[in-house]
Amino acid sequence: MTAISERRQLAYIAAQAADARVNIELEAEGMTLNVGPQHPATHGTLRIVLQLDGEEVVGADPIMGYMHRGYEKLAEVRTYPQVTTLINRIDWLGSFANEVPFILAAEQLMEIEAPARAKWIRTILFELARIANVTLFLGDMGVQLGAVTPVFYAFRDREYILNQIEAATGGRFHPNFDRIGGLKDDLPAGWIASTKTALDEIRDFCDEMEELIVGNEIFEARTRGIGVIPADVGLSYGLSGANVRASGVDWDLRRDSPIGQGQGLAYDELDWKVWTHPDGDSFARYWVRLQEVREACNMVDQLLDGLPGGPIMAKVPRIIKVPEGEAYVATENPLGEMGYYVVSQGGLEPFRVKIRSASFSNMSITPWLLKGTYVPDVITILASLYFILGDIDR
Amino acid sequence: MPSADADTTETEATEAVVDEAREALLEAVTEELGDAVVGHHLIPGRDVWVRVAPDAWSDTADYLRNRQRFRFFDWLSAIDWLPSPYGRSLDAEVDKAAEDPDGDDASSGVDIADVEKVAGGDTRFQVMARVYSLATGIGLHVKTDIGDELQVASWIDTYPGAHWHEREVHEMFGISFVGNPDMRNLYLPGDFEGYPLRKDFPLMARLVKPWPGIVDVEPMPEVEEADGGAGSSDAAAPSATNPEDAA
Repeated sequence: MTAISERRQLAYIAAQAADARVNIELEAEGMTLNVGPQHPATHGTLRIVLQLDGEEVVGADPIMGYMHRGYEKLAEVRTYPQVTTLINRIDWLGSFANEVPFILAAEQLMEIEAPARAKWIRTILFELARIANVTLFLGDMGVQLGAVTPVFYAFRDREYILNQIEAATGGRFHPNFDRIGGLKDDLPAGWIASTKTALDEIRDFCDEMEELIVGNEIFEARTRGIGVIPADVGLSYGLSGANVRASGVDWDLRRDSPIGQGQGLAYDELDWKVWTHPDGDSFARYWVRLQEVREACNMVDQLLDGLPGGPIMAKVPRIIKVPEGEAYVATENPLGEMGYYVVSQGGLEPFRVKIRSASFSNMSITPWLLKGTYVPDVITILASLYFILGDIDR
Repeated sequence: MPSADADTTETEATEAVVDEAREALLEAVTEELGDAVVGHHLIPGRDVWVRVAPDAWSDTADYLRNRQRFRFFDWLSAIDWLPSPYGRSLDAEVDKAAEDPDGDDASSGVDIADVEKVAGGDTRFQVMARVYSLATGIGLHVKTDIGDELQVASWIDTYPGAHWHEREVHEMFGISFVGNPDMRNLYLPGDFEGYPLRKDFPLMARLVKPWPGIVDVEPMPEVEEADGGAGSSDAAAPSATNPEDAA
């Protein structure tokens, strides 16, 4: 009896020793893993150099600039109406939302206010851009976890919204529709009814995603408790939008800034709710965005019902010269806070445009966030932060 | 659109409203930082600017973050106030005042201190940042003048999110941040020379080929035909031969 247990004990010690030797052999000075520049989780070309110790990430260094187009410099040699063409291409999945804060900043400097109908249509298109943008995220997150089906649903159903944006503006991705003082055109006939149908499709899509992904055991195991961002850390890194709302911060520029409240966009007239989640992990970020798409559908519904009549353009000089001054306007874009600091010296062109894009700040937390995580989680964390490379590189 | 003057646009009745929250903030900041506050500007209901002395730059961040609860770091950037030596390509009459063929900083004719700036400023470069308080919903712009040594203290100890913004300002303007250990280029290749967002950095594409809307006005087709027969007969030749080829 004693002999057997002694033998077992010896076998156990031997196994431990063998394991330890293997561990020592593996534990070299660490390994460098290069993610990207081409990776489906990056929505563009982003390279991340990971320092690994076994499976654990000990250092992460994002390398950007593959898509830097220098919009801040280019904006200095273009007239104000021409700049919208450039900034359409910053966050290319929600282009209309990029135009709005810049146009509002110019309007603020010129002391022009768009008529009510223009504000409402802007808000509709702004929220449609959000739906088109975030819908893709909802499907794409599945791909990063190995579930390919959701992204096909996302591309299929996003098309309903893109069709509506195209019908109203003429451009699927780059509407270039917002003007200083209002909008280029009014809505086409029959657009309101067809948009309502499209919204129903998106609502179905959200239910589908909730069934497919949120209730999925594997999804929850891979995202719950992964990539946790405490609210204070997130804020000091400049995290905004759904990323910080998923950490329990009840802050939304649509509700909390004068721009959202009638001075540019018409959120003050709507009955809606800011969604937050206390956990701060990858799951929370997914969940908050899912609710926000639903909320956006409700908002557009209300906006379509209450759309006021009247002109869509304020009285604006033919040649737009913006008086001297400095203005900063930010809006709650699909990816987070996007703002423009516009410096005018009274000319046809802005003197300086500082573009505050959401993804740039959202990504700046990754060296901190990825430290201590494991390789398979890196991709899910990056996907859940949801960035567009055009929005980082500008 | 017959009217061309900017004054006819419907402006809101000028708000005589006193913005108590922002004024209280401005007062508190001025009281705390004392002489370090060298300029400020307030637009009621909209925005507030504070310009501080460069020495107080990091103390300002610390005060705002830890005592005034400005927890959200919004952004940090810089402005080069030098009037572009290449002129503003589209507004001709302004060009004439500012343009200087030598393109030299000192001789460009306009004194940088005289350029209209919100919250003022004396130097060519200004670093500015914006922080936001969730408790009050107020954003605050902080500016500081950058002297000839082109450096200022870093904010990364207070706001870690300032790191990438400072790297960007460093590569785009050539301003260093003391205390930030990692000043590698963020966007540009490592061996890139020059600071692209400085006003004296030429935008080559625009210099080589001026804005086509102004210079490259192609004559209308009718004008070309009226000029002489040569152009029109050339144009007619291919269309005449085509049917023969087809046949």
